[in-house]
Amino acid sequence: MQKAGLRPAFAFMKPIPNDALVEIRNLTFGYGERIILDDVSLRIPRGKVTALMGASGGGKTTVLRLIGGQWKAQKGQVLLQGPTGDDSAQDVGALQGRDLHLARRRMGMLFQFGALFTDLSVFENVAFPLREHTDLSEDLIRDVVLLKLNAVGLRGARDLMPSEISGGMARRVALARAIALDPELVMYDEPFSGLDPISLGTAARLIRQLNDVMGLTSIVVSHDLDETFQIADQVVVLANGKIAAQGTPDEVRHSTDPLVHQFVSGQSDGPVRFHYPAPPVDQDFCGARP
Amino acid sequence: MSWYRPADVGFSARQTLAEWGHGARMLLHLFTLFGASFKRFRLVRDQVFFLGNHSLAIISVSGLFVGFVLGLQGYYSLQRYASSEAVGLLVALSLVRELGPVITALLFAGRAGTSLTAEIGLMKAGEQLSAMEMMAVDPVQRILAPRFWGGVIAMPLLAAVFSAVGILGGYVVAVLLIGIDSGAFWSQMQGGVDVWSDVGNGVIKSVVFGIAVTFIALLQGYEAQATPEGVSRATTRTVVVSSLSVLGLDFVLTVMMFSI
Repeated sequence: MQKAGLRPAFAFMKPIPNDALVEIRNLTFGYGERIILDDVSLRIPRGKVTALMGASGGGKTTVLRLIGGQWKAQKGQVLLQGPTGDDSAQDVGALQGRDLHLARRRMGMLFQFGALFTDLSVFENVAFPLREHTDLSEDLIRDVVLLKLNAVGLRGARDLMPSEISGGMARRVALARAIALDPELVMYDEPFSGLDPISLGTAARLIRQLNDVMGLTSIVVSHDLDETFQIADQVVVLANGKIAAQGTPDEVRHSTDPLVHQFVSGQSDGPVRFHYPAPPVDQDFCGARP
Repeated sequence: MSWYRPADVGFSARQTLAEWGHGARMLLHLFTLFGASFKRFRLVRDQVFFLGNHSLAIISVSGLFVGFVLGLQGYYSLQRYASSEAVGLLVALSLVRELGPVITALLFAGRAGTSLTAEIGLMKAGEQLSAMEMMAVDPVQRILAPRFWGGVIAMPLLAAVFSAVGILGGYVVAVLLIGIDSGAFWSQMQGGVDVWSDVGNGVIKSVVFGIAVTFIALLQGYEAQATPEGVSRATTRTVVVSSLSVLGLDFVLTVMMFSI
């Protein structure tokens, strides 16, 4: 257990309300001139499924990378509640080396296409974090891996290689790998993209079930409206680097904000334009050609 | 980028320096991971197998042909001075001091270096390295370091195989085909090749080349853009940069060894 106050990451300990596992405070992130997140503040409540939605390129995945400490924000903090469950919090963006690794061991992340290690079998993929971080005996590792695979319904696929399984199965294996070390927080990066309706429903139910059964906190980045609204407790819509709407699925669905309305009803034109900025139509079609 | 605008020149110079600095830090990091890599020797052993054993065929066949040619050319030159028995010595010295390490390194860059770059680049493109980072596992320590040390171990062994097979090739041409006395062939070689100054030089060269080629291949893969074009460009760069580095380093090392 870390000693509070000794490590630099604890230097600016700030209490965050007990019900939030992660709190993002005034976060600004961008590449060069381009601002992806502009002064965003957000709370991820413990034990709940939070959905981050918004158009592609809206900074949803960026939020996950910032929470995981893979990218550093230019301004603001990503506070992760201390492991003891008291009010002490670490700023993930300020963590380095071993502290960052300790924080990451409390998180699991499911990448868009699973990101399974292609040279390892399904079993070895799930066993990977256990072998790297624990001294469990081979028998125990086998039991834990099979339990996790059973939770995602793939106990029978243990000996297959990633190239031999479908995209939906690969994501379930990746989910088993993400929860192998019993994390507190699981982040899903576009878990539904490119899945057939059966796999999609399975994936959505699995996210909800695992969250409730294992007492996880989940963040789901998605733009799949129906499935996400079904499983989420809280929905956050990001647009133009800001939070456009936040609330329960019903509140967001009935939001009067034009941008959120366009997103929820899937209209092609609205505050988000159908046309990429271009010279006026008459200039291109009726004007003198060069 | 236009070469005549000071701002552009400065920008590209800074960028190049930053890349070099980044590369140097990575190399240093890999050296410091020596202990950690050998603590899990299984990972290094697997890489020695993948990089070494899988390169054996190309190395042996090339060594054999280079030995054949050296035997023929050596005989052609030496018989003018009526000292064709020294062809064994000539073949051995050329191979052990120079051709063994250099040609092995060039072939190693083409055979093992490219596969390393493509593997790491594709792991990056498939977010496998990111996933590893998120599992609190350092990809440099888990993926790059075992490959680095595997390559550094495999390269001198391959160079030794190359030289040994090459000497056999020289023997086949000089003794079996041309008919030089077998005793003279071997005894001249035995008398003229020094373990430390000749074989030692070759070993040092092959270790340095092993470090250079493996490191360049890994760095190119790790820094590759995570796209199909990015990986293909990185693979090409591995061959170009490591071949040039091997030839350049060979000159520097030869000069240093001459002065000792």
